[in-house]
Amino acid sequence: MTENITKKVKSIQFSMLSPNSVKRMSVAKVVTPELYDREGYPVDGGLMDIRMGVIDPGLRCKTCGQRLKECPGHFGYMDLARPILHIKYLDTILRYLRSTCMDCGRILVEGEKVKKHLDNVQKAEQEKRYKVKKNLINAFANSIKLIKKCPHCQAKKKKITIEKPSTILEDGKRLTPIQIKARLEKINDEDIITLGNDPKNSRPEWTVLDILAVPPVTIRPSITLQNGERSEDDLTHKLSDIVRINQRLFENINAGAPEIIIEDLWDLLQYHVTTFFDNSVAQVPVARHRSGQPLKTLHERIKSKEGRFRHNLAGKRVNFSARTVISADPKIKFNEVGVPKIIAMELTIPEKVTEWNIDWLKSLVKKGPKNYPGANYVIRPDGRKKSITEETQEILIEELQPGYIVERHIVNGDISIFNRQPSLHRMSIMCHKILILPGRSFRLNPAVCTPYGADFDGDEMNLHIPQTEEARAEAEILMSVENHIISPKNGLNIIGSIEDAISGLYLLTKKMKFSKGDATELLFNASVIDEKMKNFKKEVTGKEVFSVLLPNDFSFVGNSKNGDDVVIKKGQLIEGVIDKALVGEDNGQLIREIYSKYDEKIGIEFLARIFKLGIETLLRSGFTIGISDSDVPEKINKKNQDLIKKAKQDANNVIKQYELGKLESLPGNSIEETLEIRITEILNKVRNDVSKQVSDSVNEDNPTIIMASSGAKGNLLNVAMMSSCVGQQAIRGKRVQGNYSGRALSLFKKNDPSPEAHGFIEKGYKQGLKPYEYFFGAMTGRDALMDVALRTPKSGYLYRRLSNALQDIRIEYDSTVRDAEKSIIQFKYGEDGIDISRSDGGKINVKKIIKQIKGK
Amino acid sequence: MTKEFDIKKHSLVPTHTKLTEEEAKKVLDEFNITKDEIPKILLSDAAIKDLTPEYGDVIKISRPSPTNTKTTFYRVVVNG
Repeated sequence: MTENITKKVKSIQFSMLSPNSVKRMSVAKVVTPELYDREGYPVDGGLMDIRMGVIDPGLRCKTCGQRLKECPGHFGYMDLARPILHIKYLDTILRYLRSTCMDCGRILVEGEKVKKHLDNVQKAEQEKRYKVKKNLINAFANSIKLIKKCPHCQAKKKKITIEKPSTILEDGKRLTPIQIKARLEKINDEDIITLGNDPKNSRPEWTVLDILAVPPVTIRPSITLQNGERSEDDLTHKLSDIVRINQRLFENINAGAPEIIIEDLWDLLQYHVTTFFDNSVAQVPVARHRSGQPLKTLHERIKSKEGRFRHNLAGKRVNFSARTVISADPKIKFNEVGVPKIIAMELTIPEKVTEWNIDWLKSLVKKGPKNYPGANYVIRPDGRKKSITEETQEILIEELQPGYIVERHIVNGDISIFNRQPSLHRMSIMCHKILILPGRSFRLNPAVCTPYGADFDGDEMNLHIPQTEEARAEAEILMSVENHIISPKNGLNIIGSIEDAISGLYLLTKKMKFSKGDATELLFNASVIDEKMKNFKKEVTGKEVFSVLLPNDFSFVGNSKNGDDVVIKKGQLIEGVIDKALVGEDNGQLIREIYSKYDEKIGIEFLARIFKLGIETLLRSGFTIGISDSDVPEKINKKNQDLIKKAKQDANNVIKQYELGKLESLPGNSIEETLEIRITEILNKVRNDVSKQVSDSVNEDNPTIIMASSGAKGNLLNVAMMSSCVGQQAIRGKRVQGNYSGRALSLFKKNDPSPEAHGFIEKGYKQGLKPYEYFFGAMTGRDALMDVALRTPKSGYLYRRLSNALQDIRIEYDSTVRDAEKSIIQFKYGEDGIDISRSDGGKINVKKIIKQIKGK
Repeated sequence: MTKEFDIKKHSLVPTHTKLTEEEAKKVLDEFNITKDEIPKILLSDAAIKDLTPEYGDVIKISRPSPTNTKTTFYRVVVNG
């Protein structure tokens, strides 16, 4: 597999193709537009000449003697009857014509200035400031435009203009490519250097073509259709156009045809050569197939998203991969991925046959590709690949011996790489172990949705199977889920308990009590068996159940979501309730503490266990929400109504003041702006007041409130919106405005500043909304939707540019940050050398470390 | 306003110092780099106007850092 590298690329020189080098690299001269003879054999001197490579299986290349797929292809050439301007070098041609004297061919600047310019250019070159160099040369060439007279021969300069696409005029008279070529030939080497080219590699007259390089057949293969007809590549089509016109031009010149006819043909040839290079030049009619579809010529092959770079080189397709819809399974481990059997029977791992596994592999081969677990291929020691079928099965089992390789189906526990696009950070692609499950979707634990950014509304994900031992080891060690719990972006845990798991742990550690049997059963169901369970008394509290999962020597002091102390002493939860602030994603102090004190294995094990325990608790106690959850006592309801009424009155008072002209403007604002600010302030405040009233009044055991206060889902404001008051609707941070008509809906008076005319929703969802209130709700909803739909592609493009610009930058072993040239970007990573994922909120907490060491 | 504004006294402008030939060599050796692999600063940069810099000088910049109290950065003077 591995080949020794015998040569190393030291440098690359880009240059123009000279007529000589075209001839030198060519193996055939193309003279006829015919492609094949009557037998369908490529014609000598045609565009498919087999000296330029072969695309037919069975034929051999006349140049190198190799077959299809072995022969790399060879260039040919054709002589053009008259010179043609290369469309991609038009700017270069113009620059040379404008910068040099039409008479003596010298550059239109005296020696002194040239020398100074060359000095500057050389300096920029030495400093590797290539952009500066380019700008210097451009500025120099532009400054020449103003010069009217040649300083060498005193000839007057004539004005060169261009008539798009490719006609060059001098003082309104057309310059033929022959004349242009003659002028460019006159320019001497020093002047070419002055204008930024290297005369050895790129003479300006090479931009005017007498001879056209014909690309090898292998880069423009023809396709044979089902009916046996051949369909030629777009490039071949274009080339045959060129050959045909070229031939006609030759004939007409030789026959001494009138100049007009020759010029017409010449222009036509110019057109064909132009579209051969680039079929999307402005003001050149696009060359099309007979069907009207534009030809894809050289430029289009390379350019943009579907071009060679972005489509074929930057993005490739791979084998041993699978893609399907994902769905959730909270019962599988974080580092497992459920794989459907149909996929498992398609993806394989090459397993080397040894004397220890030969029996097992034989049994797999016996099962074949159609039964699971089986095998699809056997590779002999000589590298021959044999597919396992009913006929070959018996023989293959017979001959199987150490040294053979069996491509067996993936089985439980095999290493895989799991990925969801867009891959925005390194946690978007992690290593999971295979778990074969029934069904047709990939299954993943809902806790790993966050790093992938996945949900289950139809998302699809990709699975890759590493094929070598090295790749598997690398994936398992570097890409495993347990190594990516802490995010390198902020040092917080990206994986944690979510939703039901948090609710469950909250309820468990708050005030649940169990009998010894129930507690043991609960833990068993969360797949926990531990020494600590021996110490259970007759009655077991939820805190004691939770403590079973904690390591024995673990002590910790933290704060829960509402600021209360949470104390763990020697593996026992003594005080406090477990909630989002301790075990949630991004917030889990407890998880990070265990992760940093022990290792990844214990960290992820703990996380998996509490996750299961939380869900199991909730399963047992039952957890549901209903409309009655947002019931508010009559007394509080009345109070809320009064609050809202008063707020509306306050707002109306402000409006009245404004109308009377008594409103004083806030600093930096006009009176109108002040009015808006004051009203918005009042209306936002009232919703918070109402929300506070609601949260004070409702029962602690109310499931909706449990979810909000444990941090599992939602917040108290959502409860208030349901029960009492939806509040002010805002579009682009302002109250809903009626932009041109002065009102948001036609049922309001024009320029009415009152709360209800600008999107204040007085009632809660439960009481029901008035039609116009509902409409305001829809307006903000649509605004948010549009915002997301417009912002996502914009930020995606921004990110693409950023990641492309930064992709080669890395941290070296001396902790400097360097680019691909090994130039320094930062002298120390992040200017402080701290690995964020191993720090304490981006800093190193020395006191904490000392305390830890002392504590031991 | 007769008094000229001194940008070096501004809180957001870090201290720039010019390194001597030997100091510069030491820095380059420490990072195993040549002068064109190090970040650049323009000769006309206002922050180094008072240091009478010349082409090719190495400038040391020390800035305060919230996580590291002080960080140092080096730049080489280029024309422009």
